[in-house]
Amino acid sequence: MTGFAAPMRRESWLRAMADFYLTMMRTAIQTQLQYRAATYMYLVGMVAEPVIYLVVWTTIARSHAGQVAGITSGEFAAYYIVWTLVRNMNIVFTPYGWEWRIREGQLSAQLLRPLHPIHYDIADFAGGKVIWVLLYLPIAAGLTLIFKPTLNVTPLDVIVFSVAIWGAYLIRTMNLWLLGMVTFWTTRGSAIFQTYMMAELLLSGRLVPLQLMPGWVQGAASWLPFKWTFFFPIEALVGHLSTASLLGGLGMQTLWTAIGGCFVWLFWRASVKRYSAVGN
Amino acid sequence: MGPESPADVRVTDLSKTFSVPEREAGLRAAVRSLFHRKTRAVRAVDAISFEIGPGEVVGFLGPNGAGKTTTLKMLSGLLHPTSGQASVLGFLPSRREKDFLRGITLVMGNRNQLQWDLPALDSFELNRAIYRLRRDDFVAMRDELIELLEIDDLVRKPVRNLSLGERMKVEIVGSLLHRPRVLFLDEPTIGLDVTMQKRIRSFIADYNRRHGATVLLTSHYMADVVALCRRVIVIHHGRVLFDGDLAALSDRFAAYKTIDVALVDGTGPLDSYGEVLQRDGDRVKLRVPKAEAAPIAARLLGELQVADLTIEEPPIEDVIEVVFAQKAAE
Repeated sequence: MTGFAAPMRRESWLRAMADFYLTMMRTAIQTQLQYRAATYMYLVGMVAEPVIYLVVWTTIARSHAGQVAGITSGEFAAYYIVWTLVRNMNIVFTPYGWEWRIREGQLSAQLLRPLHPIHYDIADFAGGKVIWVLLYLPIAAGLTLIFKPTLNVTPLDVIVFSVAIWGAYLIRTMNLWLLGMVTFWTTRGSAIFQTYMMAELLLSGRLVPLQLMPGWVQGAASWLPFKWTFFFPIEALVGHLSTASLLGGLGMQTLWTAIGGCFVWLFWRASVKRYSAVGN
Repeated sequence: MGPESPADVRVTDLSKTFSVPEREAGLRAAVRSLFHRKTRAVRAVDAISFEIGPGEVVGFLGPNGAGKTTTLKMLSGLLHPTSGQASVLGFLPSRREKDFLRGITLVMGNRNQLQWDLPALDSFELNRAIYRLRRDDFVAMRDELIELLEIDDLVRKPVRNLSLGERMKVEIVGSLLHRPRVLFLDEPTIGLDVTMQKRIRSFIADYNRRHGATVLLTSHYMADVVALCRRVIVIHHGRVLFDGDLAALSDRFAAYKTIDVALVDGTGPLDSYGEVLQRDGDRVKLRVPKAEAAPIAARLLGELQVADLTIEEPPIEDVIEVVFAQKAAE
């Protein structure tokens, strides 16, 4: 035995984090490329949901002199085609997967490393999106040809949309991480997950554009994070929002990301103490 | 070691109790458990204490369910102890401070930490980023480990295409890239063939020699323990039964020794000397009470024509079995 060698030198925190995110995203892209056929089938399957909404609302619009609550069939088409891209962007690690990641020892492996496990999920899913969005483009082109959306956008709309889809991604990551951590406290978290998903469906603009909902629902949605994960990014591109609304929306996304981040930080500290490292 | 001594691992009255749900079989019990959930407290680790000095390689032995893995998980910060204290490299493991995590590794023989679909080299790159390693340091360490384990051809294959033994080797490299000072190895050779076990063993010994790392190793293969550890800690039902030199374990617990004797004419009866374990022509293996080994050997040499004679300690597996049996009886 020779005595312990000097500790290895370390990169600066900022440089190391950038390096981690790029490396992890690159790894995720490579992994997605291994399963490109499966990913494509998943994306095609995912399109079924907005297409059903689109067909229903287009049919209703046609039977009501071409529009419902001021939204034309072309605007419905634009809403749900952009919806598909936003949905792609805000897919995050599901709370239902936490039990699996604990049982398989994935969480233990992450806990042994000097990095908060949320970074793995953010970087991993962010990398995966590069492939999903590329695969989505032909699907979007097909939907555009079939449903003929009405879409007039300004450069500012595009810029805000490009930022807002990442904001939506971060808010949803925080929210679903909080839900996932329920697994540390109970093995019967499914009921809580389902309640959340139902609230999200109704209050986010996922099921229908929020302007079609009753006033009190729209009021409630303003106080909750859901609309900033679907409705706002979509409306940023298709909704002719004022500059103040666009920038205010980004501000709200920042606020909800920060609130979610604080809750994740607090809840994580309490949850990890209950971790029993079962399985591996 | 005293309280001021520079132990890398220090454990004092460390305990871990799990609350385990339990119910009878059947539908009625399942329905009842919805309203009245019964749990039982299981004390997996029960007030154990020990210290491990820098550079020591210690075997952590015990039957399944003895509390070995739970202890390793507490020492690596995965589990919060119910009571007692643990200190590793001066850190409280349950706080999982970044500098602590950079100083340790936990390798579990049945766990995969690498990206399943990608070559191990990609996972190594990820570890470089996670541990904030400088590229030149990382490359030097990676190449050293790859060379030590001779896995140059394996690291370019997707992990899913590797055999169990090959996967274990790349797992170990991935776990040591940040040059941890303390290694917790939980069954690192489980399921591997004899050649692969030897390779892993010699690698651990090399790593310990080169980097002065402290190693706490659990294994059901006593060959691992004999090859690597001078000191062993035996644990059973969450309690430490023995902590000391491996050789002392035999002295203290083995009730017998083995006399291997080659006779010029081995056809006669030998039952009066001891229990005949094996007879192969003129070569006979006898089991004798430990205290009588020397006088019986003298009798054999005096009364028979002996070509060769050796007195051996019993296999360590047998000694461990005796330890568990004795303590269980107590």
